[in-house]
Amino acid sequence: MEVLYFAWVRERIGLPRERVETVATTVAGLVEELRAREPRYEAAFADLKALRVAVDQKLADFDAPLAGVREVAFFPPMTGG
Amino acid sequence: MVVQSAPFDLGAEAEAFGRAPGIGAVVTFSGVVRDLGDGLAAMEIEHYPGMSEAALEEIARAAVERWSLADVLVIHRFGKLVPGERIMMVATASAHRKAAFEAAEFLMDYLKSRAPFWKKEYRADGSEWVAAKGDDEDALTRW
Repeated sequence: MEVLYFAWVRERIGLPRERVETVATTVAGLVEELRAREPRYEAAFADLKALRVAVDQKLADFDAPLAGVREVAFFPPMTGG
Repeated sequence: MVVQSAPFDLGAEAEAFGRAPGIGAVVTFSGVVRDLGDGLAAMEIEHYPGMSEAALEEIARAAVERWSLADVLVIHRFGKLVPGERIMMVATASAHRKAAFEAAEFLMDYLKSRAPFWKKEYRADGSEWVAAKGDDEDALTRW
């Protein structure tokens, strides 16, 4: 699936998006896999309360299932307007 | 609903909006990069292409249904803006003013914390992401 990062999450990881092969069944499982990769991922995902997630471009929870999902995005709370 | 990097003409947009028969009230709101003379050089707005447009459409649809609006418009910019520049606008049109005012506030409350836009402030000594305010989240509870 495609994993996208925005704002300071993008800056900490150093990528706007990447293709990820995962065996995780939920967003939380995907986060655990990513955190285990490298310190920059660990730094980005250190505080999940500071993060929001979208699954296939809809806001979702960390326990959202990943079956059939094409795109997951991680970002800080939004500051539009 | 439009997400664009280019500036928009608030006067022209407002003039062209809400012309259908039966409309008795048009409310417009525009958000501007504050110029407080505090060294802010620029405000950069990042968005999630695809999701930002869809989120604005969904929020606008909810407003139209709830207040039976005759028309609604949201324009939100992205990219680097300087103090004084307009960031975004909303416009609502209805038969009477109460619905138009309320719907405009609803749109603003929701697009502040449910549409995927992020602001970063640039100053001479560096840059910083704008943190979301707890108040913005609390504002949604009144709807």
